[in-house]
Amino acid sequence: MILTLALGLPMLGAAVLAGSSRWDARQARWLAAGVASLSLLLLVIAWIGFDPAGPRFQHVDELRWVPSLGVAWRVGVDGIALTVATMSALLFVATIVYPPDSRGEPRQDLVQYYAWLLFLQSVSLGVFLALDLLLFYVFFDLSLVGMFFLIGRWGHGQPQIAALKFFLYTFAGSLLLLLAIIGLYLSLDTPSFDMRVLIERQPLAGSGLYAGLVFLALMLGFAIKTPLVPLHTWLPQAHVDAPGPVSAILAGVLLKMGSYGMIRLPLAMMPETFARYAPVVAIVALVAIVYGALVALGQGNLKRRIAYTSINHMGYTVLGIAVAAAFADNVAARQLALTGATVEMVAHGLITGALFLICGSFWQRTGDYDFGHYGGLARQAPLLTGFSVLAMFASLGMPALAGFVAEFQIFAGTFAIYPWLAVLGVVGILITAALFLDMLRRLFFGRLPAHLGEFPDLGRSEWGVLTVLALAIVVIGVAPQFLLAPIEAAASALVGGR
Amino acid sequence: MPVGDVLPEISLLLGAVIIVLFAAFVRQHRHHWAAVLALLAIGIAVALSLPQLGGPPRLSFAGSWALDGVAVAAKLLVLVAGALVVAMSPEWLRTDRRHGEFYALVLFALLGVIMMASASDAMELVIGVLLSSVASYPLAAYHRSWAPALEAGMKYFLIGALTNTLLTIGVVVLFGLVGDTGYPAIAAGLAEGRDSLALIIATACVVLGLTFKLAAFPAHAWMPDVAQGSPAPAAALLTVIPKIGAAVALARFVSLLPPEIAWRAIVAFIAVITMTLGNLAALRQNDVRRLLGWSSVSQSGYALMAIVVLEASERALPALLVFLASYAIANLAAFAVITQLRGRTALDDYRGLARQQPLAATVLVVAMLSLVGIPPLVGFFGKLLLFEVALAGGYAWLAVIAAINTVISLFYYLRVAAAMCLATGAGEVHVLPGPWARATLMIGGVLLIVVGLGAETLIGLTASVGFAL
Repeated sequence: MILTLALGLPMLGAAVLAGSSRWDARQARWLAAGVASLSLLLLVIAWIGFDPAGPRFQHVDELRWVPSLGVAWRVGVDGIALTVATMSALLFVATIVYPPDSRGEPRQDLVQYYAWLLFLQSVSLGVFLALDLLLFYVFFDLSLVGMFFLIGRWGHGQPQIAALKFFLYTFAGSLLLLLAIIGLYLSLDTPSFDMRVLIERQPLAGSGLYAGLVFLALMLGFAIKTPLVPLHTWLPQAHVDAPGPVSAILAGVLLKMGSYGMIRLPLAMMPETFARYAPVVAIVALVAIVYGALVALGQGNLKRRIAYTSINHMGYTVLGIAVAAAFADNVAARQLALTGATVEMVAHGLITGALFLICGSFWQRTGDYDFGHYGGLARQAPLLTGFSVLAMFASLGMPALAGFVAEFQIFAGTFAIYPWLAVLGVVGILITAALFLDMLRRLFFGRLPAHLGEFPDLGRSEWGVLTVLALAIVVIGVAPQFLLAPIEAAASALVGGR
Repeated sequence: MPVGDVLPEISLLLGAVIIVLFAAFVRQHRHHWAAVLALLAIGIAVALSLPQLGGPPRLSFAGSWALDGVAVAAKLLVLVAGALVVAMSPEWLRTDRRHGEFYALVLFALLGVIMMASASDAMELVIGVLLSSVASYPLAAYHRSWAPALEAGMKYFLIGALTNTLLTIGVVVLFGLVGDTGYPAIAAGLAEGRDSLALIIATACVVLGLTFKLAAFPAHAWMPDVAQGSPAPAAALLTVIPKIGAAVALARFVSLLPPEIAWRAIVAFIAVITMTLGNLAALRQNDVRRLLGWSSVSQSGYALMAIVVLEASERALPALLVFLASYAIANLAAFAVITQLRGRTALDDYRGLARQQPLAATVLVVAMLSLVGIPPLVGFFGKLLLFEVALAGGYAWLAVIAAINTVISLFYYLRVAAAMCLATGAGEVHVLPGPWARATLMIGGVLLIVVGLGAETLIGLTASVGFAL
């Protein structure tokens, strides 16, 4: 029941907040933070109770829902789902505690903001915890609804257009996904949406065109969500116009649904087909890596630059997944790549989450993302500088921080399978390093412009949240074993399971 | 005569007659009791239909009246939808001099639609179509001193007159071909092989006649006007209920045809044009009721997908019924909101509505999300089953087109949702006084979620339906 509770509690909290008008924003914030932390705590307990040597899916709950279609409430975790879900819950707690993007004006409707965040937490955890394809799709779609209202209502710039574009674009992807899911469902003799059945039976193994089409639809659906170049065009505007904390969720959690989906559906359910197309996927991922980094380098807008580095980092993840799917005998390398891809998901969630929260702090203070207008903040705001430096160094892959663990494993695995892609991919890391160092220089060093004389340093809740995220980043960088154990178990089941 | 087989229909007929008499003799300010009478008649009809639900499929009245799962399920759906229409009406019509008669017309329209769904004889199909049409024209133009209502009624009537004539011609040609109008005889006659040119003409005429009631291409043009101009409760009825009968009647009719007529291709063609046209036309509407009218056209296109794969996929009929039920709930809930908002129609007037009328706005947003097919609302299961039968029946391309259309439709539904929830608006919002419309929209909103979560019941009820023939 622990997983059902972990994703049910936030939903309940959202209903309580939305259903009653007697809350004020402060109470709502603490209630939401409490509920989100409780959900995180439950996941941590589930993690402690998770046995890497045990069965593949643990903490499984199964309840009847629509038996005549083979749909049921099935939740459960393997190591990959568990770690990504726990990271998501942590990021949600951080986002809820972090001050909302109000530019100092009191806003009446913050109660609903927290209600929507809790709703989004519930459905996001649902995506990672579901063991039923239809349930997965249900949560996948609902996350769009939650994000639509969060961007549209609390964003800045042109939030309605950004929200609409986000919803339409990603909904197109999710409908492709739905068709593919039905395709998978119909391929079973006794149709069922149970993921475990599909993983076990491998119904599409060796069935040429049909499997290829299902695979294509699945990958397109997930590629839009991840997003992979050239299907990324919804992302920059959604990020720039979303409030800072919501951007953190969008990058930290929602993007993971795409890459997680690639692991859970195509890699687990149709590995033969994936193996056939793995080189193509890997090349697309490489394009995303290099293109994302180059475009990020060209941005003069703080948030846009970080948004594009997300494309670059998600490219690493997909590269790792493609290597894991590759048709090669080197099981250890493929396993390493998959472990790296999963760690990248966790690391990117924490690091980019922290970066977008920092963006929110900038917007909160000046309403300006153009880093040409900044400079010399190191002395003015030492805490902000410190956390930014840490997060950006983590993001560019500095050893002893979380990003390095992930990228090292991905590239080590890739080098064994597709050496040329690894060589070209490393260029991405180089560009990322350049762009982050450049950004650090322009934001924090040099001369302090006159209008920033009053620039306040981080507030208590801001540095409190960032400390927790920074701690997680460092711990994963220094002692990743607690994270690697469950992931490696799942990776060996996935890759060695043929 | 097996009168017992048509007891639900008789109760509707008696109810309508009683209401006409009641409205003639009772003072106008008590006419809302006619709504209670209508609900009573519908309730009795539902109670009398329920025992028919589990029975074996059979034909009654010398093979002209089908009593099979499809007919009974469609009948129940029509009755429940009719009850919701009646329940949202009283306050809207409170000041109308002819308030009471409205409900009699509603009951006659329901009766006509039920006849369409149950007809196992081409002549009876014609009578059902005509009865529901004749009762619907005055409903559309009920506010006869208001020009848009008259325009809507006139458009509805003209297109209806033309297509009903075509339908009759089609039935006559069919009669000339096989010498009978009963479906069993037609099926037997066609199986022997006939002049295919005449059969194509007959099929085209009958299908055209039914597209009018479905509001599908090419006889869809009345729908946006009726949705915009007729009284909101009448619009609720006319956008939903005739579709149910027409879809079942069309399915029943095409299942008689021999494969060389290529009716699958014809219906698929109509489905694609209807859904695409409806969605593209809805994109740029700045009038919410007109937008719902066009969306209703596009939804007919989706429903036709299930008819395309009839018999190719065993779940086609259940999918059709589940989809119709989900569409009916969502559209009725949307129109209940519009009724409660006194027919508010311009999109600009919906700006910021979520702050002043949170309940109504929420139900409208949920209804629209259900029309898109966002899970776990009931509309999702409708679409899911349609996609499933389309893929299973080998019409994957049709499912892909429907998916593309669904994305397009999301755009205009979200425009309304964004106007209500994200924009800020000015001005006071006037709503109907009294509990009827408000209660109906709440019931609609609850049904959207509860039937979605409890989709098993809906799917279970329709799982084993089939035609008696």
